[in-house]
Amino acid sequence: MASLALDKTPASDSSVRALVTPEGVDLRVHLATFSERGIALMIDLAIIVGSLIALTLAVASVFSTSEFGESGAIVQIVWLLGFFVLRNFYFTLFECGGRAATPGKRLMGLRVVSRNGAALTADAVVARNAMRELELYMPLIFLISRGAGIDALIILSGIVWCGIFVLFPLFNRDRLRAGDMIAGTWVLKAPKQTLLPDLTSDRPSMEVQLVFTTAQLDVYGVKELQVLETVLRTADAAAMTAVADRIRKKIGWSARASEADPEFLSAYYASLRRRLEQRLLFGVRKRDKHDKT
Amino acid sequence: MDTTLRSLRFRREREESWRQLETLLAQIDRRSATSLSDDEMLAIPALYRQALSSLSVARATSLDSALVDYLESLCARAYFFVYGARTPLRERVGSFFAQDWPSAVKLLWRETLVAALITFASAFTAYLLVSADPDWYSAFVSSEMAGGRDPSASTQALRETLYADPEGKTGLSVFATFLFTHNAQIAIFAFALGFAFCLPSSMLLAYNGCALGAMFAVFAARGLALEFAGWIFIHGVTELLAIILAGAAGLRIGWSIAFPGSLSRLAAAENAGRQGATVMIGVVVMLFIAGLLEGFARQLITSDALRWTIACATAAAWGAYFYRGDRRGIASPR
Repeated sequence: MASLALDKTPASDSSVRALVTPEGVDLRVHLATFSERGIALMIDLAIIVGSLIALTLAVASVFSTSEFGESGAIVQIVWLLGFFVLRNFYFTLFECGGRAATPGKRLMGLRVVSRNGAALTADAVVARNAMRELELYMPLIFLISRGAGIDALIILSGIVWCGIFVLFPLFNRDRLRAGDMIAGTWVLKAPKQTLLPDLTSDRPSMEVQLVFTTAQLDVYGVKELQVLETVLRTADAAAMTAVADRIRKKIGWSARASEADPEFLSAYYASLRRRLEQRLLFGVRKRDKHDKT
Repeated sequence: MDTTLRSLRFRREREESWRQLETLLAQIDRRSATSLSDDEMLAIPALYRQALSSLSVARATSLDSALVDYLESLCARAYFFVYGARTPLRERVGSFFAQDWPSAVKLLWRETLVAALITFASAFTAYLLVSADPDWYSAFVSSEMAGGRDPSASTQALRETLYADPEGKTGLSVFATFLFTHNAQIAIFAFALGFAFCLPSSMLLAYNGCALGAMFAVFAARGLALEFAGWIFIHGVTELLAIILAGAAGLRIGWSIAFPGSLSRLAAAENAGRQGATVMIGVVVMLFIAGLLEGFARQLITSDALRWTIACATAAAWGAYFYRGDRRGIASPR
């Protein structure tokens, strides 16, 4: 049964990773995509730059009202330290918190997780973010300086160097950046999902009215059932009509005059699920329509 | 006859405990774990295990993929909370200074030796080169860093740079902050550079050593060797050690990636990275202390003897702190 239950994940879904809890249940977590992480980074950078501008403006306004005396010194110190902390510890402080995510990651529904499934420790967070110096700030500074007065060859090797680190997550299976590599972490999707209503709960009567034979139900398997579930949840009229027509043709169903497509689909979904779940209890999982079990 | 599906009945029976867990997790997300009452806190692990068993059952018996997806995400969120370490900050800071940091530094002794060797060998080389031909000086020390301390300056001027107060009293704290942030940035950079197979980290260490040796040569030529050493080592002991440790942590990473030994390359990099990160947190603290020493103590204390005393005292303190005997027995009661 355990191996059968794993069938739900198609082999093509390369972003699913096993995370086995101490209780022995595989949570099957999803890796964040390169683009999601990119957007999260953009959001974080925008926040950092925004705070820096705000800090600078605040400091400048204090500076303009006072002489270069005691308060001037304090203001300078605040700016220097503020810049330092934002640059080096923005990511670290947020990721050390309970959510293990910066505001950008939080918005994108991501979190940093230790690759071995254990608790995320501060040293891992520090390690993964110290690497940003190499992966993020160096390429940025390189971009800003625009290579004025530098040899073309040096600029070229600089671009190659930066490219290696920026594109690092694209070239390994687990989408690790250099920082993740040395910290033993990865970035996972941690979306908050709401519990959607069960599709069989709201139309209990329909199933009684439309009765399908076993042969008509054995045409499809779990994969088709779940596609049908998606169609019903999306509730797009055109798609429902198309799907309903195909199912009717496939199972040889002659539609009655009063029969609407959504009702037919819900009824068929409920019957098919009942049939497949019954067989599941006996240890038979019909994966898709090609599965002859 | 009850026509509801078995899986739907299962869902109806368990749904309430899932919702309860979801509410508690949402509350933790919105505020913090401390906003929960003791009862709620104790309920979470039990609810988590219920949800986990529901997930196992749902995977085996239910074909409602929305349900399975929901339970997977709920269990994962609860898992991160239940198994995430939440040691109080005070305890963590305590054990960091009592145990984690010194033992991480101690484990790094081989790389520390190499990093120190690179620094002092380059300092010595630069010293020899500049002593033989002062033109070498500009190759090691940029003019802004030199600040008038170059071979063409008069002995009197050089002596003054060691004792004069360049910034004025109020500038001291700004100067100290600047030194701290600047040095910490370089240290973090040296650590990160280790990733590229040690080479850039070694070069940064060598560059740092060269500047030191070149400056020393200029002052030694005028018979100011002792005075210069006092001026540089009052904070330099701490600062150099910090930068050497940062470089050593970087070297460890590069070395582990290049020669992972019996571990996989990834596992070796991970070990080195976490250990190095622990060292790096401490390095930032050291550089903060060095910044204070450089910004305040050096400018306020102009007696050579006192400068030397402080330099020797810091060297002894760091040495004893990092390398004294086994500390496992000492730190555990905390």
